[in-house]
Amino acid sequence: MKSRADVVIVGGGISGAAIAYNLAKKGVKHIVVLEKSYQGSGSTGRCGAGIRQQWGTEMNCRLSKLSNEYFEKAKEELEYHGDLEFKQGGYLILASTDSELELFRRNVRLQNKLGIRSQLISNEEAKEIVPFLVTDEIVGATYHEKDGHLNPFTTLDAFVRAAKRMGVTYLTHTEVTKINVQKGRVVGVETTAGNIATDTVVNAAGGYSKVVADLAGVAIPTYSERHQILVTTPINPILKPMVMSFSKNIYTQQVPHGSIIMGRSDASEPRDLNNRSSWQFLDEMAKTVTSLLPPLERVRVVRAWAGQYNLTPDKQPILGEVPDVKGFYLAVGFSGHGFMFAPATGILLSEMILKEKLTIDVSALGLNRFSKGELIIEPSVV
Amino acid sequence: MCKEKRTVACRCEDVTLDEIRDYIGMGYTDLEELKRVLRISMGRCQGKTCLPIVMRELSIATGVPLSEMKPTTFRPPTVGILLGDLAKGGLVHEE
Ligand SMILES: Cc1cc2nc3c(=O)[nH]c(=O)nc-3n(C[C@H](O)[C@H](O)[C@H](O)COP(=O)(O)OP(=O)(O)OC[C@H]3O[C@@H](n4cnc5c(N)ncnc54)[C@H](O)[C@@H]3O)c2cc1C
Repeated sequence: MKSRADVVIVGGGISGAAIAYNLAKKGVKHIVVLEKSYQGSGSTGRCGAGIRQQWGTEMNCRLSKLSNEYFEKAKEELEYHGDLEFKQGGYLILASTDSELELFRRNVRLQNKLGIRSQLISNEEAKEIVPFLVTDEIVGATYHEKDGHLNPFTTLDAFVRAAKRMGVTYLTHTEVTKINVQKGRVVGVETTAGNIATDTVVNAAGGYSKVVADLAGVAIPTYSERHQILVTTPINPILKPMVMSFSKNIYTQQVPHGSIIMGRSDASEPRDLNNRSSWQFLDEMAKTVTSLLPPLERVRVVRAWAGQYNLTPDKQPILGEVPDVKGFYLAVGFSGHGFMFAPATGILLSEMILKEKLTIDVSALGLNRFSKGELIIEPSVV
Repeated sequence: MCKEKRTVACRCEDVTLDEIRDYIGMGYTDLEELKRVLRISMGRCQGKTCLPIVMRELSIATGVPLSEMKPTTFRPPTVGILLGDLAKGGLVHEE
């Protein structure tokens, strides 16, 4: 292993891979990405991989818009041999109450102002998009046709392979055990395969973001929560958009492969980094999805699994250098939407590290927003 | 279809032995990663058919003995269950 690097990235998920790729593209020579398990073992390989631009905060809207534009050309840009299974079938987000609809109206206004062409639609219009949708308990919806999905494994693989071609060292089954800091500055990392001297370390450790920040003696306010998801056998295309409801606690989408994936959250989850799935989830998920989309009664569940959401108190990521530790950068706390933000994460972190002008001013997403109490809370999270 | 005999290794996801060998040749030598790019052992049978074949191919290519290889995780439910049956709470399924 290299004993010196310009940048060491802790975590080989989509965030770490996108950051490495962008740095290498800008000419940084010695970049090492360290992944403690296999490629995709973290949240990236466990996620729903939905991409949407319908958000309730300006920052989330901007990050997702930039990322979506990137996804549209990712296969060419990353020169990937395989299929990213990119789909733009839209996201249909359902409102169950008038107050929820009012919130959506505000969200759409914000999105439109930022160039995202989402729209508020009626139940009848929603049924034109998904004819078998049960709208008895729905009062309206929002829709944005550019939202969609990509295969998370191949998308991650595309970033990893492109980064490797440009000289990035991407090591799996190698764990960072310590981040050495001297006089308020990063000087190196210790790993299960030896030490690396470096003055720049990025924490892109997903569900383990807090554990990895601790390795440098830095406290961050992220926490991880188990989220479960299931997939059905592939069937003919019947469901064009992602159907999502915050109040009914469900998101479900048919992916290009034909299978339908669906997930929900559970506020009472223990925060113990457990990745096993439960029967309760299957039971609740089946009830919710079949009451909303009855034809799915006849579809078979193949597998259920779980992964970690790494959350922050305001459900927006933490991006940037730690104020007290020079050279220690955070790309964490994506709160369940780090897959769809990855292109922006890669671009912005590379700009921060190289002290370039930022494509989007994300100074509001720094770690110090928590101590200053400057939180803008994202309301639209499932 | 090509002239040669097309040996299907994963019947659920229709992956051939040649594809598996090609991917191993491209550097996908970690079983977990091979699984995720080719969807082998992610279909209905969760690898009951293909996993031994894939592991044997990996063992031949990498020299790692089969005894040192860990199979992929088997995830619930072990048989495909209709969402409708799950919703009703009745877990009976036809054999
Ligand atoms: C069920 C579920 C559904 C989701 N659905 C969506 C969705 O539809 N859309 C969306 O955008 N997002 C979704 N997400 C969220 C998304 O998966 C994450 O935000 C995203 O994958 C984060 O990527 P990452 O690279 O930051 O982290 P990860 O993919 O978790 O990668 C971090 C890596 O760091 C490694 N690591 C940790 N500690 C160390 C160490 N000490 N040394 C070396 N390596 C280490 C881990 O092994 C891990 O592989 C979902 C998540 C879950 C669980």
